[in-house]
Order: sequence, then structure tokens, then C-alpha cells
Amino acid sequence: MSLSADIEQPDDPGARGPSKRAVEIVVSLILIGLAAAVLYDSYGRGAGWNGGPESGFFPARVGWIFLAGSLFLLVQAFREPPAIFATWSQLLMVAKVFGPLALFVVLVEPLGIYVAAAIFTAVFMPIVGGARWHTILLTSVLVPLVCFFVFEIEFLVPLPKGPLEAMFGY
Amino acid sequence: MDDFSALLGGFQVALSWHNVGFMIVGVLLGIVVGVLPGLGGPNGVAILLPLTFGMDPTSAIILLSSIYWGALFGGAITSILFNIPGEAWSVATTFDGYPMAQEGRAGEALTAAFTASFIGAISGVLLITFVAPLVAKFALRFGPAEFFAVFLLTFCSFIGMGKDNRIKILVSLCIGFLLAGVGMDTISGDLRMTFDVAELMRGFDFLVVVIGLFGVSEIFLTVEEGLAFKGKKAAIDLKVVLRTWAGLPRYWATLIRSSIVGMWMGVTPGGAIAASFMGYGLAKRFSKRGDNFGKGEIEGVLAPETAAHAAGTAALLPMLALGIPGSATAAVLLGGLMIWGLQPGPMLFVEQKDFVWGLIASMYLGNVAGLLIVLATVPLFAAIMRIPFAIVAPIILVVCAIGAYTVGNSIFDIWLMLLFGVVGYVFKKLGFPLAPMVLALVLGDRAEDAFRQALLGSGGSLNVFWANGLVTTLVVLSAILLFWGPLSDLIGWAKGRGKSSGGASPSAAR
Repeated sequence: MSLSADIEQPDDPGARGPSKRAVEIVVSLILIGLAAAVLYDSYGRGAGWNGGPESGFFPARVGWIFLAGSLFLLVQAFREPPAIFATWSQLLMVAKVFGPLALFVVLVEPLGIYVAAAIFTAVFMPIVGGARWHTILLTSVLVPLVCFFVFEIEFLVPLPKGPLEAMFGY
Repeated sequence: MDDFSALLGGFQVALSWHNVGFMIVGVLLGIVVGVLPGLGGPNGVAILLPLTFGMDPTSAIILLSSIYWGALFGGAITSILFNIPGEAWSVATTFDGYPMAQEGRAGEALTAAFTASFIGAISGVLLITFVAPLVAKFALRFGPAEFFAVFLLTFCSFIGMGKDNRIKILVSLCIGFLLAGVGMDTISGDLRMTFDVAELMRGFDFLVVVIGLFGVSEIFLTVEEGLAFKGKKAAIDLKVVLRTWAGLPRYWATLIRSSIVGMWMGVTPGGAIAASFMGYGLAKRFSKRGDNFGKGEIEGVLAPETAAHAAGTAALLPMLALGIPGSATAAVLLGGLMIWGLQPGPMLFVEQKDFVWGLIASMYLGNVAGLLIVLATVPLFAAIMRIPFAIVAPIILVVCAIGAYTVGNSIFDIWLMLLFGVVGYVFKKLGFPLAPMVLALVLGDRAEDAFRQALLGSGGSLNVFWANGLVTTLVVLSAILLFWGPLSDLIGWAKGRGKSSGGASPSAAR
């Protein structure tokens, strides 16, 4: 959280956060970068006319419009009236959801989606709060089991499975 | 009357036992999807789409469109009982619905909302029944240039008629187009914009993007806004329903006005969200009791609900007749058609008569079933909202991840879902509209093909876009729509100079 320069002067200490203007600027810079990448790629393959439109023809034209739009957004961002994007405590809450979710996706590959889902639920619920330990235990066991029944057995949709499922012969 | 017998044939298809079963399952799932924050029409349909790949297309679309009806109904439940709009289009319903619930008139408000939804939806279906075949017949004369012009018209009307910041709509559209372009080019076989990343060869699947943008991001937003669910109790008994229905004919003017607004906004992709606000605003202006709006006026529930549903239903008209969806959910359904091997567009009415009329018939039946089911099950779904968020959220996220994975059996897609979840969160906070992005992503390939074919036919000359009366009209209309908004902004800015900045005015929440 080193973006202290972007913090608006707080009215009350709970309402600090990155300014909307800063986020708008960052987003439009990213968009400009993407537009540049698109143009680089399209002209690299050929965006002209060679017995017909080349494969970069259409993306390049959209790319130019995209670039113009993003540049305009950057200008607009500087005229944005001061407001905060979200308070730090709000962003912290979002990060608390994002963290376990990213962990979940990491674990899908080695452990399979069902075990990963169980771990995710067990980590996620205490973080969000408002549930007792037996509810947490029950939810994190039941959710993957129900999913397994619906997808693997009823709909015959193969989902990523890991060592645990292998032990049971799936 | 050829069409009428086709419609009767459609009813036969839709009334078969298993299709009615799918309809009921679809409506129930749809209500769940509409009630839960984080799941919505487009997202719910996207998650379930992979499960229907093996099904008969008619049954599949009946199931998925019923989810759509259910989601439209479900949004009203949370708005009225919890003051939380389950869907963006039911925001306007909270204005009067929640005050009514606070006064203990929840049953009345819910009955009014559902009935209004039903009336709106049926007027949308009637429009589809009578107008869509005509539009499709007309569109059979279209060549590639005309089709591109229709696409252009759609995109321009999004920009011109949109309520959000216009540059942001434009940028959102561009992102959709470029995402659609990633991967193998169907004509030349070139790999486009993959930057040598092997996973990007398949391109971005719109389902994964939709699940991230609409599902995961919604969870982030819900978490951020805090999780205060304080609901009102609801019980609907037959007496309340009948009493409310007896009072409805008085509001015929509001119902008809909202239906027309909704149908117009649905066909032009103004969408259900804009329609619901417009319906509410107009009702407030024209009603004798306009001053009471916002304090629990039944008309304030009827107006937005009718308009939202008329729009939500009418959005399927351009999807069926032209292959151009009028809303994000319609865009997902359109993607489904392509996956089932049906080519959306005017030829559908010629080649797949059974499918089209089966679908239209199922719209009538699905809405009747929806109204009955939703009236009967309100207490059940209100109870869902009392399940703590800590339990609901992981379930939603796991289901989203499974949905993203099943699209292409790829774990990379789950990562993409997460990425688009963050993108959706930031974009929603900054007022970038997401529907144009999804629309352009789904239509991008077809728009590009039409553009290339038109240019190939003309040898690269852009003159093809004003070669005949039809295509010229479409292009001119597009230009008018595109510049209508900015021009009216400019005039408004010139009038009120110094007071506000026209183009840069901050946009509505979503």
C-alpha cells in the first residue's frame, strides 16, 4: 500500500482509498498499451490488401479506434472530479475474496477441482465470517460432494480430478 | 396464416412432457440465479450452456430461455423484500417496492411486480410472433454489406442511445471486437494477437468472459458493499393475489406505456436496465399520484417491471430475426445457437422452422409457468436470501469455476475467468458498460466476416457500403444514431455552458 500519494485528503479516517482519478488513469494507460500491442501485432502480420483484406486488416482498424478512445479516456481521467475509487477497507475485503479464489485456481491442477473447492470453502468462510466451525466443515464437505454427484455422475461432465479421486477409482 | 399454423406446431413441440419439464426446471433455476447476488441472467445461462451441448437444440433453448424468464422474475423478489436488486434491471423496482414491503404490503407489491413482468413479457412475445418473421423475410435480401451495415447500426445505437459515458461504450465495444479476434483467423489461418502464448490460440471464449465479468465481479462488488441482508417477511395468499389483480385494470395506461417503452428499448439495444428506469420515470411524470412515487406506490412497481420484461423479451427479436442480440443474455443465447450448430439470422426462419416456432411458443408457456411458479414459491426463495453470504459465495464461485472449465476443458480458462472478474469489478466501478463488450465479443467474428466479404466483393472499395438504397439507408441511420447522442450533449453543453461538462459527465452505476 505504497500509493500514499494517491490518497485523497480524508474527511474521516475510515474513508481513505485510492482516488478514482488515479484508477482511471492507470486503466486508460493499460488500454493504450493494449491498443499499441494490437496495432504492433496486426501491422506485423500485414494489415493491408493482398488480393483481399489481410488478417490484420480488421483488428488494425478497430485498434486505431480503440487507441483514440483510450487516449480520450486518459484526457478525461485528468478532468475527473475528486472521488475515491473504494476505501482501503473495502479493497481489503475484495482482496480477502480474491486471495482464496486465486489459491483455489492454483490448487485445481494438482489436487483436482473437488478437493480444491473443499479447501477453498474452508479457507473462504472464516475470512468472510459469520459462520460457525461446524457450518464451515459441513459446507466445505457437502459442496464438492454435491458438485461431484451432479457433474461426474449425473451429467457425465469430466472435471479435473486429483489423487483423492484416483484413490476411489475415478 | 402460414405463420399461425407454424406457431400451433410450435406449441405442440413445446408442450411435450420433457420440454415442459425443462421449462419448469429452467424457471426455478432462473429464479435462484435472479435472487442470488453474483449470479445473473447472462452468467447463469453461460454456466449452464456447456451442459446442454449434447441436448436437442429445441429443448436446450427452452431450458436456457426459461432460465432467462426466471431470472427476470427473480430480480423483483430481492428488490422488494431486501431492497437489494438481484439484477440491474430491477433497481427501479426497489424505489417503490421496498417501501411497500416496509408498510407490510409485500405480498401486494410482489404480486404486482410478477403480474407486471408477465404482461411486459407477453407483449414482447406478441411483438416477436408478429414482427420477427417479417423482419427475417426482409433480411433474406441482405448481402454481406447489408449485414455489416446492420451490425454497424447495432453498435452505433449502443453508443448513441447508451446512458453511460459514450467513450467508455466505444472502448468497451473495441475490447470485445479485439478479444473476438484473438486466436486462429478462420479465413487466412493466421494466429492473431496470441503473442506466441499457446493457450491463446483457441481465443477467448465468450462464456468464460461472461462468467468472469458478470459472476465473479459481482461477488467482489457484493463483498465490497458490505453484506447487510435485512429482509422483509413475505407470504402471498390467494386473497392478496386476487385483490391486487382486481386493482390492476386501473393502471392500464401505465402498463401499456411501459410495454411500448420496453419493446422499443429491447429491439434497439437500449436494454432492460434503461427501459426499467424510463418506464419508472414516465409513469412518475404522467401519473396523477406522481408525488407519491418512492413512498410505496403500486404504480411505481408496475411501471419498471413491465418495461424491463418487455425489453428483456423483445431483445430476443433481433437475435432470432437478424442474429443480432439486443441484450447480454440474448448474446449468450445466440452463442449457444452457434454451438448447437444453428446459424442465427434470417435463414433460421426458413431452415429451422420447428426450432424457431418451438422457441416462440415456449416463450408464451414459459412466462405462464414462470408467473405461477414464482407466485407459489416466493417464501422459499426469500429463505434462500437468509442463507449467510459466507455459505452462498463459495458455492457461487465454485460453480462459476466449473462453468468456466467445462467450456473448453481447460484450467487456463479458470484463470481467465478470474482475470475477467477483476476487469469486471474495476470496469463496473468506473462506469464502463459491460454489455457492449459481450455483444462485440459474440458478434465480432461475424461482423468481421461480413466486412471482409463485402470488401472482397467490391475489390476493396468502401463504395460497397453505399452501393444501393438499402445499405445506404442503414449506414446513414447508423451515422445519425452515432452522432445523435454527442450532438445533443453538445447542444446541452452550449446551453448550460460553465455549469457542467457535457461529454465527461459521470455515468450511471452500471
